[in-house]
Amino acid sequence: MSQPRTPAEISALYQEMILDHYRRPRNKGLLEKADASVEMKNPLCGDEIGLQVAFQGNSVCDLKFSGRGCSISQASASMMTQLVKGKSTEEIDAIRERFRNLMLGKASDEDDSQLGSLRALSGVARFPARVKCALLAWNALESALAERSS
Amino acid sequence: MNVRSDFPLLVNNPGLHYLDSAATSQKPKIVLDALRTFYETANANPHRGAYALSVRATECYHQARIRIAEFLGVRDSDCLIFTRGTTEGLNLVAGSWGMANVASGDEIVVTAMDHHANFVPWQALAMRKGAKFRVCELTPDGKIDLEFLSGMLNERTKVVAFSHVSNALGTINPVTEIARLVREKTDAIIVCDGAQSAPHFPVSFESLGVDFYAFSGHKMLGPMGIGGLIGKREMLEEMPPYQTGGDMIEFVHDDRTTWNVLPHKFEAGTPNAANAVGLAAAVEYLDNIGMENVRSHSRQLMAEAQKRLEAIDGLHIYGPPASERSGVLSFTLGDVHPHDLATILDGEGVCIRAGHHCAQPLMRRLDVPATARASFYVYNDESDIDALVAGIMKAREIFGYVSA
Repeated sequence: MSQPRTPAEISALYQEMILDHYRRPRNKGLLEKADASVEMKNPLCGDEIGLQVAFQGNSVCDLKFSGRGCSISQASASMMTQLVKGKSTEEIDAIRERFRNLMLGKASDEDDSQLGSLRALSGVARFPARVKCALLAWNALESALAERSS
Repeated sequence: MNVRSDFPLLVNNPGLHYLDSAATSQKPKIVLDALRTFYETANANPHRGAYALSVRATECYHQARIRIAEFLGVRDSDCLIFTRGTTEGLNLVAGSWGMANVASGDEIVVTAMDHHANFVPWQALAMRKGAKFRVCELTPDGKIDLEFLSGMLNERTKVVAFSHVSNALGTINPVTEIARLVREKTDAIIVCDGAQSAPHFPVSFESLGVDFYAFSGHKMLGPMGIGGLIGKREMLEEMPPYQTGGDMIEFVHDDRTTWNVLPHKFEAGTPNAANAVGLAAAVEYLDNIGMENVRSHSRQLMAEAQKRLEAIDGLHIYGPPASERSGVLSFTLGDVHPHDLATILDGEGVCIRAGHHCAQPLMRRLDVPATARASFYVYNDESDIDALVAGIMKAREIFGYVSA
């Protein structure tokens, strides 16, 4: 059996930055005018996210999220919106891939400065049951980008 | 009660505080031994061979049915159909009795506290038949609203399905009282989900007053993948088969087939004999403890845990008072999401369930996406409550709550 989590792993998971984004989410709400809107749910745990994205040319010029969920899903969504605003879809695809690899434990990108504040979520990789929480917002963003390109 | 040493998983993990028995229970060594003994001394396909070993397997399976039927107060053991668990038992009733007897314009009643397993099969049946699917509301403290129920019942009601004990809240429902109410106003069949009652207190099918009762072995110290449906003989005999195939037939012709007698009519394919034997060992174990002792142990621990949790600032407990609940405690802590709470408790070696508990209609009514749930059973003791409370205090600390 996998051993119960150590207190160190728990502290690494619940960093102050994550709790700060959970309690004071950035870019939470609705856009007045969105080019793409996505709603996603995790039926297993009830996490819900709505994501609205506005584009300018090939870049995301604004985005907001709504919904409710655990600290990991909410903090991940909040930090994501900060990080991708102003970036091109190609840049976003690349960041998303790096973040996914970090979550799935495929890469040790903890020092990857491109991931910005998302590095605070690196502790999630040790909790397979919580990885889906961290990826929910990113899956919604992927859908929003796909919705726009189609 | 001190039985932890009978459970190998708990012995192998001394720091583990397992508080998720409402999801599945741990297994005592005698159950694991019974499985091994069956495979080592009696394994053959039951009801098949002329050879002695197959006869022995058949006999083991037969005796297991008699033993489990006795445990649940069923004298006619042919009326206990083995299934994979409660879910399959309820689907059996919906798929067989329901498909044969429910028609357009009929009504099916479930309650807002039912597990998806006793909700969705009926909803699906109603949609297929054009019947009306109706959900009985609950009182503010999480009990079936009997007045509301009474108002829903009429001559079109064909099925009334409800749980004996709510898995999400622990509410113990007054089954005989509900059954009396239903009989007074309707000719409906009464279907009782016993997944959370069979493991926790003495159950006598014949005195419940219901037509069908489904239960799961794995929640009552038995193996996964075995459980049962108990029904009244005259109804089971009238009902068409649920699945067809080997073992459930009498004669198969090119143009028609006749069915085997009960219980075999509802047990197509090679039976789950080993797990039935394992479940028989589990009920033997429970009877040795005594189901009254099982009941008082879990409820005592739950009540003690409730007292200590209620003292924690920001902690909210759902459901009726402790005196009307089984060994289940459903709660939330301030703005700490139940999944975060469960992860932090995991860090302290405490296993609880966080989520909607397969009761999304209930969660919607409670207006929460999820709750945390601690559930107690024979192997739990005060040290598990201590660890639970310590873990909750840890969560408060991590989330920056200042202790009063």
